[in-house]
Amino acid sequence: MADRQPTERPQPADRTRPADRTRTNSGPGRLLIAVYLLFAIAATSRAGLQIATRFEAAPMAYLLSAFAAAVYIVAAVGLGRAGRTGRLIALACCTVELVGVVGVGAVSQARPELFPDETVWSGFGSGYGYIPLVLPVLGLLWLWRTRHDLDLAAASRPRPSRVAPDQSFGPPAT
Amino acid sequence: MTEASATTSAAGDLPVDGLLAAVPIALSLLVAGWALVATLRHRAPDRAQFAGLAVLEAALLVLTVVTLIALGGGQRPDEPGSFFGYLATLVCLPPLAWVLARMEPTRWGSAIVCTICLVTPVVLVRLQQTWTVLGG
Repeated sequence: MADRQPTERPQPADRTRPADRTRTNSGPGRLLIAVYLLFAIAATSRAGLQIATRFEAAPMAYLLSAFAAAVYIVAAVGLGRAGRTGRLIALACCTVELVGVVGVGAVSQARPELFPDETVWSGFGSGYGYIPLVLPVLGLLWLWRTRHDLDLAAASRPRPSRVAPDQSFGPPAT
Repeated sequence: MTEASATTSAAGDLPVDGLLAAVPIALSLLVAGWALVATLRHRAPDRAQFAGLAVLEAALLVLTVVTLIALGGGQRPDEPGSFFGYLATLVCLPPLAWVLARMEPTRWGSAIVCTICLVTPVVLVRLQQTWTVLGG
């Protein structure tokens, strides 16, 4: 009894968990990618138009729009790829977004003269229904919830190891 | 410049107006509602959602063609750059929803359809604002 319990308990947990664990780029993650794509399109076209037609009016605001657009695109790609690199990219993008939207929101409230024209992040994203403020938080929460995704990915498709299979040195490849 | 376009607008020849805009908006909201029900019932995107997206896309293409004909007839939007940006985005939205929903045959696929169908009316209203002078 004493040694049967510890062997029995972990098994069902290990068997069922990978099935109901969701990958970073599927399930709610795919919805997140869709919203990121929408924002990438919106911010890119807006920034492109502003820079092409009236760049002199507010260069800083428009460059910021372009930067935000780039972050949205890279975040969507990172979430979509969802490997180790993709998740790191998505993590960096969500962090930059959160800092950007809070920072720009605060600065645009305190010193409105710095931002003569609207950007995606002005007023904490109020021009876009505050979604720019919520989106990075959701992204970070989702990355946290799927933090075990990599173990699962490694188990289902093992990485080709760089060393030849007959050379067995160093830590065991997982 | 604004006066000239205002007089052409006043002539009542707005191509992006009336039924032409109301039908896609209503369709889009209908599909969004249906997709929301599917999401809440844990249902993957069904045939009705894909059919709805197809009909919505058809309505948007009709709108685009009518607009292009109006442009050929000499009418001009007030902000051409934004107008064509919104128009291109608008036409791409239902196919985007279609592709993503096909990739995600779970309730979250329905959630994607719902989200994009809620965004479509917003883009359409913005499109109208770039033609008329409502947006200032």
